Amino acid sequence: MKYHTPASFADAAAIAASASGVTRFLAGGTDVLVQMRSDIVMPDDLIDIKHIDGVKDITQNADGSWTLGVAVAGAEMSEHPTLGKDWPGLVEATDLIGSTQVQGRATLVGNLCNGSPAADSVPAQVAAGVTMTVTGPNGDRVAAVEDLPAGPGRLNLEKGEVISAVHIPARGDNAGDAYLRFIPRTEMDIAVVGCGISLRLDGDTITEARVSLGAVAPTVLLVEDCAKAIIGTTLDDAALDALAKAAEAACNPIDDKRGTIEFRTDVAGVLARRAAKIAYARAKGE
Amino acid sequence: MSNKIHVSTKVNGDAVEFLCDPRETLLDVLRDRLNLTGAKEGCGTGDCGACSVTVDGRLICSCLMLGAEAEGKEIGTIEGVAEGGELHPLQRKFIEHAALQCGVCTPGILVAAKNLLEKNPDPTEEQVRYWLAGNLCRCTGYDKIIRAVLDAAEEMRGAA
Repeated sequence: MKYHTPASFADAAAIAASASGVTRFLAGGTDVLVQMRSDIVMPDDLIDIKHIDGVKDITQNADGSWTLGVAVAGAEMSEHPTLGKDWPGLVEATDLIGSTQVQGRATLVGNLCNGSPAADSVPAQVAAGVTMTVTGPNGDRVAAVEDLPAGPGRLNLEKGEVISAVHIPARGDNAGDAYLRFIPRTEMDIAVVGCGISLRLDGDTITEARVSLGAVAPTVLLVEDCAKAIIGTTLDDAALDALAKAAEAACNPIDDKRGTIEFRTDVAGVLARRAAKIAYARAKGE
Repeated sequence: MSNKIHVSTKVNGDAVEFLCDPRETLLDVLRDRLNLTGAKEGCGTGDCGACSVTVDGRLICSCLMLGAEAEGKEIGTIEGVAEGGELHPLQRKFIEHAALQCGVCTPGILVAAKNLLEKNPDPTEEQVRYWLAGNLCRCTGYDKIIRAVLDAAEEMRGAA
């Protein structure tokens, strides 16, 4: 295995593009090192992107949006004085991943690139409308998070492409987000179902919404029917019923030891209701 | 074919240099190259916390970091917790409360608890339990560990 420490994303992309064997990018390493240790993947080229300027920075831009470096760890997001005030759902979802030790290293981008449909931060990223800059041999492009997962462990990234920055939209007024997951214990487990919701209000009425479900399909889903079910409503009981029904209808889960198809489908509706109520209360400033 | 990487780092305040294979974890380096065997390998996959160390003050599992990544960092291990012959208050309280049996998890828990008390000198029981959720102990049932950490925190607040 060759260990590379490029000084720019263009160099990182060039190394990956010209590599002939198995290539992995290294940020927090909380998935890559486990795969190496478990003899699942032994990269021929391991590209550590932490020597690139700005990868540990959390920056709020003049328009209120946020740019995060790709090696910012979960603990650094949780400790940031204002990021979690704008996007509590996204920060809480990231904080759910693993232990204190894992939080010291694990990143949003790694959580996305590991390609698990049960990744906790990904439904929250999708709900928040997070986009990523992808640097490749032919330059940069911007991709929405919901367009990147292709299936379990697979991403819509070409050979040589590397995610080089995280963009979180400006939160703006009268808006809130939330993420909830179901696990059979209180900590340190993989989501059986996860649900992220972000919405905006005009008075008591929802004017914008994005609803995302995790662990109920081969990829994290952006569920437009769920958003439609609550936009234009005051999140009354009828809207919550319609939201839950749309969430259940979107589910295409597997049966496994963590939960049956029926259970996951039912829980998706329950979590959508609860997450919507939290996001709504946050948007109201409660 | 030699593919060794030269790394300069600091461990418990001392400048250290080593050569390592790119595949070696920081835990491998600490134990096998630097003879610092306090950090234990329980699972090797970041689940048990027995290999906990700090890197630039941040608590991590040393099995989930490569030795090569230590370049220019400051590593803190259990070997740096006692000051000379004087046990750290956490270490004394672990003995007083009998908060260990086989002891394999203990170095990791002490490093993790010390890191918590540096950030939060007055944690609630719930905060201690969540902070240490990534440190598994199969002997004690955890309760004595939590009591020992809270007792040490109280003593350290009094001493400060």
